[in-house]
Amino acid sequence: MTGTLTTPAVSIGDVSVRFQSKRAEVTAIQQVSLDVAPGEFVSIVGPSGCGKSTLLKLVSGLLSPSSGSVTLLGEPVNGPRHDIGFVFQRAALLEWRSARRNILLQAEMRGMNSAEAGRRADELIEMTGLSGFENALPHELSGGMQQRVALCRALLHQPRVLLMDEPFGALDALTREQMNVELHRVWRETGTTVLLVTHSIAESVYLANRVIVLTRRPAVVHEVIEVDLAGTRDYSATMARPEFASTTAHIRELLGAVTGQD
Amino acid sequence: MDKVQADRWRGVAERTWRPAALLAACLAVWHLITVTGLVEAYLVPSPAKTFGLLVDKWSYLWGHTWVTTYETILGFVIAGVLGVLVAVAMVYSRTIESTAYPILLFAQVIPKIAIAPLFVVWLGFGLEPKVIVAVLMAFFPVVISTVTGLKSVDTEMLDLAATMGGGPVKTFVKIRFPAALPHLFAGLKVAVTLAVTGAVVGEFVGSNEGLGYVILQANGNMDTPMLFAGLIVISVVGVLLFLLLDLAERLMLPWHASRRGAAVTTLLAKGGS
Ligand SMILES: Nc1ncnc2c1ncn2[C@@H]1O[C@H](COP(=O)(O)OP(=O)(O)O)[C@@H](O)[C@H]1O
Ligand SMILES: [Mg+2]
Repeated sequence: MTGTLTTPAVSIGDVSVRFQSKRAEVTAIQQVSLDVAPGEFVSIVGPSGCGKSTLLKLVSGLLSPSSGSVTLLGEPVNGPRHDIGFVFQRAALLEWRSARRNILLQAEMRGMNSAEAGRRADELIEMTGLSGFENALPHELSGGMQQRVALCRALLHQPRVLLMDEPFGALDALTREQMNVELHRVWRETGTTVLLVTHSIAESVYLANRVIVLTRRPAVVHEVIEVDLAGTRDYSATMARPEFASTTAHIRELLGAVTGQD
Repeated sequence: MDKVQADRWRGVAERTWRPAALLAACLAVWHLITVTGLVEAYLVPSPAKTFGLLVDKWSYLWGHTWVTTYETILGFVIAGVLGVLVAVAMVYSRTIESTAYPILLFAQVIPKIAIAPLFVVWLGFGLEPKVIVAVLMAFFPVVISTVTGLKSVDTEMLDLAATMGGGPVKTFVKIRFPAALPHLFAGLKVAVTLAVTGAVVGEFVGSNEGLGYVILQANGNMDTPMLFAGLIVISVVGVLLFLLLDLAERLMLPWHASRRGAAVTTLLAKGGS
């Protein structure tokens, strides 16, 4: 654990989540514990339907645990939290708003100072390579561009914790790599704590300090892998490193074991 | 600039000629039926006679047209406002939804023509019974479409809104209501055509003005040309109100219209595509 001296940014303690459906009670998450240090980048991988999205919803307060406790930035989570940024697999943009105005939705909802929010939006647009597309409507943007808008919107209020649920799952491989490089840069520049749910093992390892491997539902933490890839993580150089290959191979093996394939 | 203008007109022409041709064909058939004596002239007047009458009696018709249009617009606006309010209440409250739905459905299923006389008994021969029938006709599609629209918002978008902390009012104003507008407009377009019918039905039951009255009078006098003229004017009123709403939709929701593809007002739209 990295942050023994500081308060963790996110602290999940012995949390279980049970859903009551018509036919049966489904346990999505079973006694999961996880601490994330401030500024840390944690990737979460696991079989589909194991409870990864549920975990992020717990952290954001969109969902309450059946038992256990969740603490975010030192405060217990009960009810939706406003001090986070959230990015979903689908960009979830408002069709009638331009890219820039979609980003500014965050500011309007929060009642932020509009001049300041505008400056910050322009900075983010610049940083994520959206310049020139500020006034485009969502349907005029590619999937990658839309996801950049969603990322900017999630970062506008400078949240100390960023939650991402398979944000690049719908993108083609090349765009996805680009987005990985950009996200890595954004993370280094902003120092935000990031929880990233992903299906891509390469992505999880390239971006994270730690990778959490969950088991099949009900999800428990199967293994926590410390990623030891110091340096700037130039994309192709990182991919070529032997530590990268061994780490991804290890995770693939773990996932193969938990999904019962292989 | 000139080329753009020319292209635009060519676009309008391309979209217009098919419906125009169909309309011309209908008129031709109508004309043929009357000139060949297939149907007696007193049953179906010729197009020439009908349109001649339209021109001759225009000042008489115009007054009645205005009465019907006024009743229609009044009924439509009331139905629109009430419909949206009821829909919002239904979407935000389970209790209201489950309470109101059966009543709404009941009110929709009752034949308006059958209850219209009751309104005349209660309210007399003035404006009110016509407006009420128009409201009753137009109300249901507005409610249904608005409810559908308000429920069509992504759950992810609503989750995001919750993390943004704007509260329910901002979420409604900035996200839910605008997202519902395309559905709402679809409902309004149906509603306005029904409001015309409602107004005319109201006039049938008890009135001394309006196009419904004109038709009823013409019917009593076996004046088929006037009857046909009245029908044509009613249709034109309905179509114009519909087109007006379609235009309003284009102006208010350009983001939606540009993706919706061909529509009636592509005929009228200034910009192509
Ligand atoms: N609101 C809900 N009601 C009932 N079951 C749910 C609900 N949300 C999620 N689940 C179930 O919980 C499990 C975990 O879901 P989720 O967290 O979305 O998985 P994933 O790891 O694919 O993101 C799934 O089996 C899903 O069917
Ligand atoms: Mg998921």
